[in-house]
Amino acid sequence: MAPLLELEDVSARYGPITALHGVSLTVGEGEIVALLGANGAGKTTTLRAVSGMVRKSGTVTVGGKKLGRVTPESVARAGVAHVPEGRGIFAELTVWENLRMGAYMRRGRPDFRMVLEYFPWLESRKSQQAGTLSGGEQQMLALARAFLQRPRLLMLDEPSLGLAPLVTREVFRVVTDLNQKEGLAVLVVEQNAAIALSTATRAYVLETGRVAVSGGADELRSNDAVRSAYLGY
Amino acid sequence: MQQFFQTLTTGLSDGAIYGSLALALVLIYKATEVINFAQGEMAMFTTYIAWSLITHHGFSFWEAFFATLLIAFIGGLLLQRTIIRPLERASVLTVVMATIALLVILNGLAAWIWTPQLQFFPSPFPTSSWVVGGVHISKQDVGTFAVVIACLVVLWLFFRFTKLGLAMRAGALNPSAARLVGVRTSWLLALGWGFAAALGAVSGMMVAPTVFLTPNMMQAVLIYAFAAAVLGGLESPVGAVAGGVGLGVMLNMLGTYVHPVTSELRLPVALGILLVVLLVKPAGLFGRVVVRRV
Repeated sequence: MAPLLELEDVSARYGPITALHGVSLTVGEGEIVALLGANGAGKTTTLRAVSGMVRKSGTVTVGGKKLGRVTPESVARAGVAHVPEGRGIFAELTVWENLRMGAYMRRGRPDFRMVLEYFPWLESRKSQQAGTLSGGEQQMLALARAFLQRPRLLMLDEPSLGLAPLVTREVFRVVTDLNQKEGLAVLVVEQNAAIALSTATRAYVLETGRVAVSGGADELRSNDAVRSAYLGY
Repeated sequence: MQQFFQTLTTGLSDGAIYGSLALALVLIYKATEVINFAQGEMAMFTTYIAWSLITHHGFSFWEAFFATLLIAFIGGLLLQRTIIRPLERASVLTVVMATIALLVILNGLAAWIWTPQLQFFPSPFPTSSWVVGGVHISKQDVGTFAVVIACLVVLWLFFRFTKLGLAMRAGALNPSAARLVGVRTSWLLALGWGFAAALGAVSGMMVAPTVFLTPNMMQAVLIYAFAAAVLGGLESPVGAVAGGVGLGVMLNMLGTYVHPVTSELRLPVALGILLVVLLVKPAGLFGRVVVRRV
């Protein structure tokens, strides 16, 4: 069976600066895959290349179908929910309006109950302006909104950024929950390698725009080079 | 007292017209940070279309009114698709220059098609007045105010309660995030131009009966609309309407009670207000100060 997401020899550049040099990776159905690496290694660019937010060469296939002329909205319509760096919530809209935007592509009345099962606290914050939520709550709202897109693949860009360790754990717990109960495949970019490796089944480590190491999460955790560089012990 | 109320109703009706054109400017500004200098001429041009439908094609006023709204909407949409969209990646200044070019083109085109002569544009409202407690309230003023407010309410309902309206607000706030949830923002921008054009057409068709129809009819109105939009805060739709109404009332009051402010001074006073607001409260009365990271 073809993997859900497949990148083949994908390169991307910002003006004269090449950020990705031929990255290949796959995410299978129901998998959580982590994308690790230092600042500037190309993790965010990889997600942006999938979403058509940056010019790229190479091929990206989603569910076996090659994406043609790629725009962020067409990738979203192909079933990929991308929670970007900085969460991408609509700060000036209410929590409820943000959720409605998640269901934008769906016909008929969206099923908000399903979301409330995973994020019950959203109910009481419905009419609050999203920008006034705490960082952790905003990350959760972004997750809930992405989930409402009913995606096949969820791409998360540094969900732990700026969050307290306890809140980060909570975010990853919900991601695991969505993966196990809903079968949602996840590609997560993280600086926090420890938590990413304890959640993911597989991982890729990027270094200066290339895949340096890849393998099962357990395997990488016991890999000495990865351990000293990213786990710090 | 009588004079006060009469001045007030005229001010409200003038102000509603400024407010609707100001709102048209704000709709486009909020989505793209571009001031559409052609907004007034687009309104003038569509008003000519309405005039032509009424005088040459046997439409009643209201038939022509709604037909023109539709034509304006489609026209605005097409302008965005053909002229503005190709400049998507250009600087704001480039786009602004394009709208100024559009202003001149539409003005010349209108004079060429319909001649620059004054034309009488019919009013849908009777010229008579209601007399309430000795105060003459012109039906023309009340009707104009009511039509504009009705259009604003419809627009508000659209933005507040429909999915598409919500998507347009979201797209204006955070275009890249909106695209990631599947919103085709490029089309929504065109839709915004359509709405702005239709709103401008309303202001044009409402102002034409009192100022007569000429290719230059909207130029002063556009200046008032700029002043109104700046007064209310360019980012605030409510502010634009409130700014328009406030400006209309203020100018009429000044005209009635402050002797030196004759009609020649209306424009300078409006621009004076614009300058003072820019100097004292650049975000406008309803605007918020936005701090941008650069």
